[in-house]
Amino acid sequence: MKFTLSWLKQHLDTEATLDEILYALTDLGLEVEGVENPVERLEAFTIGKVLHAEKHPDADKLRVCKVLTDEGELQIICGAPNARDGITVVVAKPGTYVPGIDTTIGVGKIRGIESHGMMCSEREMELSDEHTGIIELPSGEVGERFTDWLAKNQPERVDPVIEIAITPNRPDALGVAGVARDLAARGLGTLIAREVDPVPGSFPCPISVSIDEDTRDACPVFYGRVIRGVKNGPSPKWLQDYLRAIGLRPISTLVDITNFFTYDRNRPLHVFDADKVEGNLRIHRAKGGETLLALDDKEYTFEPGMTLISDDTGVESIGGVMGGLPTGCTAETVNVFLEAAFFDPIRTAYTGRALKINSDARYRFERGIDPCWTPMGIEHATRMILDICGGEASEVVVAGEIPDVSRAYRLDAKRVESLVGMEIPEAEQRATLQALGFRLEGDMAHVPSWRPDVLGEADLVEEIARVASLTKLEGKPMPRAAAGVPEAVLTPMQRREAAARRTIVTLGYNECVTYSFVDREAAALFGGGTDATALENPISSDMSHMRPTPLPGLLQAAARNQARGFADLALFEVGPGFHGGEPEEQQQLACGLLVGNTGPKDVHGARRPVDLFDAKADIEAVLAAIGAPAKVQVLRTLPDWLHPGRAGAICLGPQKVLGVFGELHPRVLEALDVKGPAVAFSVDLAAVPFPRSKGTSRGALELADLQAVERDFAFVLDAGVEALTVVNAAAGADKALIEEVRVFDEFHGPKAEAQMGAGKKSLAITVRLQPTERTLKEADIEAVSRKVIEKVTKATGGVLRS
Amino acid sequence: MEELRQKYIAAIAAAADEGALESLRVQAVGKKGEVSLKMRELGKMSPEERQVAGPALNALKEEINSALAAKKAALADVALEERLRAEWLDVTLPARTRRVGSIHPVSQVTEEVTAIFADMGFGVAEGPQVEDDWHNFDALNIPGHHPARAEMDTFYMARAEGDNRPPHVLRTHTSPVQIRSMMKHGAPLRIICPGRVYRCDYDQTHTPMFHQVEGLAIGRDISMANLKWVLEEFFSAFFGTHVETRFRASHFPFTEPSAEVDIRCSWEGGTVKVGEGDDWLEVLGSGMVHPKVLTAGNIDPLAWQGFAFGIGIDRLAMLKYGIPDLRAFFDSDLRWLRHYGFASLDVPSIHAGISA
Repeated sequence: MKFTLSWLKQHLDTEATLDEILYALTDLGLEVEGVENPVERLEAFTIGKVLHAEKHPDADKLRVCKVLTDEGELQIICGAPNARDGITVVVAKPGTYVPGIDTTIGVGKIRGIESHGMMCSEREMELSDEHTGIIELPSGEVGERFTDWLAKNQPERVDPVIEIAITPNRPDALGVAGVARDLAARGLGTLIAREVDPVPGSFPCPISVSIDEDTRDACPVFYGRVIRGVKNGPSPKWLQDYLRAIGLRPISTLVDITNFFTYDRNRPLHVFDADKVEGNLRIHRAKGGETLLALDDKEYTFEPGMTLISDDTGVESIGGVMGGLPTGCTAETVNVFLEAAFFDPIRTAYTGRALKINSDARYRFERGIDPCWTPMGIEHATRMILDICGGEASEVVVAGEIPDVSRAYRLDAKRVESLVGMEIPEAEQRATLQALGFRLEGDMAHVPSWRPDVLGEADLVEEIARVASLTKLEGKPMPRAAAGVPEAVLTPMQRREAAARRTIVTLGYNECVTYSFVDREAAALFGGGTDATALENPISSDMSHMRPTPLPGLLQAAARNQARGFADLALFEVGPGFHGGEPEEQQQLACGLLVGNTGPKDVHGARRPVDLFDAKADIEAVLAAIGAPAKVQVLRTLPDWLHPGRAGAICLGPQKVLGVFGELHPRVLEALDVKGPAVAFSVDLAAVPFPRSKGTSRGALELADLQAVERDFAFVLDAGVEALTVVNAAAGADKALIEEVRVFDEFHGPKAEAQMGAGKKSLAITVRLQPTERTLKEADIEAVSRKVIEKVTKATGGVLRS
Repeated sequence: MEELRQKYIAAIAAAADEGALESLRVQAVGKKGEVSLKMRELGKMSPEERQVAGPALNALKEEINSALAAKKAALADVALEERLRAEWLDVTLPARTRRVGSIHPVSQVTEEVTAIFADMGFGVAEGPQVEDDWHNFDALNIPGHHPARAEMDTFYMARAEGDNRPPHVLRTHTSPVQIRSMMKHGAPLRIICPGRVYRCDYDQTHTPMFHQVEGLAIGRDISMANLKWVLEEFFSAFFGTHVETRFRASHFPFTEPSAEVDIRCSWEGGTVKVGEGDDWLEVLGSGMVHPKVLTAGNIDPLAWQGFAFGIGIDRLAMLKYGIPDLRAFFDSDLRWLRHYGFASLDVPSIHAGISA
């Protein structure tokens, strides 16, 4: 919402300075977004008088002028054709910045003769596009500031333009008069009542208006009248200046007047060329399929239920949104039909949104204009049309009734202190409401018809507090909810997430935060990209689907980093994955990605490509950190994005997957343009069971003093036998005695097969025996060893390697 | 005997290595060594002679043993010296590399905010990011036709043909978590709701996803003055300097009265310094929870009242740690992650300090 200071002063009698007004506006909740004050950039220009002008000896088009200024007589070279003796001019002395040519004037020589300044045209001062010559002022004293002269003689040219942001609840402030009312309530002046006497109609209105019964909710009331014999054409300068200042293009007097009231009073109006209206006007719901060429030169087709205004030939206007071109006013219009109606905010918003029309009328109707001012609005506009365009007004036709918006709420003076924490005397509270147009009856505050937003007692508090100024609010300590040491607030899941995050960082990964949406193809690689996870209005096709896991984003990040020359990466993200489009279809995942080598080339030869056992080590560390049981299964039920032979799922039973790890599928790497090797892990943070007991005791530590014994075994196995099978079988040989079984060697591949036969490998384990009652004798060890061999060979079909 | 002593002490001193020393030991004090043989002769002596010769022989044996031990140690020292001289490595060679990880500023700042509000008794509530429109809008007093809805740049989820429910949205704020928390826990209530939020907007200063933390305190007599105090306590703890706030009237559908909150700051050479100077920086929106919102959360607005506020986590991180560009937060440039990231053990807490 834009307006000029002088426009505001049409409604507000005030001595306040511009700065005071700006501060109050923002403080009242009408946030100032910008101010354009022409005075500021023209302050240095002063008025001078050309005493003498003569042709430059070396240039035909230049003149050497003696100019009297506040700094005495200056010699200025000037190229303007009108530079001549005796004229009063505007001078930019050396050091002055001239905005229109973006130059600071200095002393210089032009064709060998010194020049000590510049005489300016309007364009050079950015006052207008006028550049046929320098400014010649009809009056003005030498040395007087040009801006002071403008303020006295052409105030509209130095009128500051103020732009404020209007929150959706304040349609009343979409009119300059409403802004003035707020400022007056704050004490920045007095509201000027600008009322007009009704213009009596001198003939019956030749166009009648009806509202269909089923359209009364969308358009409860419609006022109209014909004014005949008007002379349309360019509007007067003051009106054009007002509109231009706020960025509107003057069109014709009739249209400009409707725009004026839109901004002056938040009262959108419409003018039809009465001679182009066939028969009478009817406000009705669209049947669907009707069309209209609107004032923006676009053709619109209507959906059933939209509010339309039609004459006998068809649709002529979209109610509350935009008029039609065929019945629009032109310079030739002599008979005009003036409309002032009230359109329902919700219906107007739906229509405007569906048709994608953003007009000043829609903007105001959907926020809510003052229905009770409809009759006044038409009288104001009639008066202005008659004053400027002449003509004769008909009687007013009225269809429907002004909707009853009267309501009242109890003013509880104590509520302000309770809710806001400011002490404001009751008398002041009442005065504030009255200044804003509320009518007080006892403790009931009747809401003015222009404030659709006030819908309860809390709204009264808001009005009182904002007018009193929240800047004055002083903080008041909020006591703790309970005395003493505050309790821990994080949930077990929140602690788990933090533990996972910091553990992964300790493992050397850099945390990323990538977007929750990725492109469909990337999502599809990870089991997503379904219609259920698609966005209706993505910002781009790169961000069209909710990600099933953070991994595609991490891989894309890896590709970007590789393109920047970083080949070895350890990236992770703890964040949501979306496996459906419903609120509950979201899970919190901790995902890590290793790409390239374990580190840079080094003198120790420690560098090697990352492999799945790096990912396995890391997922085990994360699971341990978040309290997963030590005993888990490693299964091969894998998602498609992992290498089928080089990945595993860590599970508590086949249905309970805690996480997966392994090499990424080569197809995934290729599709996402990542140079491998690349391994990843993903932990479903909520899948790990939470401990049941809340006790802090660790239980007693049982240490055996007897010496442990270790024995190594090597088995020849089918190559497909998994180490875990061997370990579990060995451990089962004597659960009391065997403390640990560790795999320490795997011999496989062609060499192994050459020794042990095709499809075979060898696996070596260490079994650690920890006696608790007596030292083991050789016979005891022998017995356990036999059992280990027996269990393993039985479980695997392998044999002890000889 | 003195002859023996001199012979062996000199020989021991002259021994070149441990082998020579060992043969000297055998020769002197071994079972058949010269000193041992002499000791055997003691039996044949008269008691008087024995009384003189016995201790002398014992002393000799001891002296030789000590000399042997001393020489042995001296030889070992020399050998060790020799070994150490040989064992030279270039210590200026690089160490074995170890990857160093980093915490993203969004995570760090979220933990900082959590630590401060936890001390004031606020729990942490979380909720879904795909939301139904009731929780994201209606319950927050933003009905379907409300202009605020259109202004929110909402992302909508696609609806399958025939599914006539209103489309779900990507939550535009974490306020729906407030609604869910009110419905679940009732009053009194103190929570913050940090997390990802989404707006359909992408330019120099906007990303389609960012992070927000909202706060909610419901009690019998919690006022806007309490809100101002809580926010000033928060900002001061967060920035590590006393921070003043300024409240300005504004409007949000879910609060009544509503205020925009500015913090005191200065601008020098394009960088902002919080807590000093004469400028004000708009940082958050807040207000007293609208009675309709309380009602939507199953809390009786006649019995309870409270405040709510919302602030950008990314924005807080930018202000505090001097991070210039919001878009870089989500780009995962390794150089950025390392430069602006935090160490794994920099865990913010009230007792150890909020700032890393």
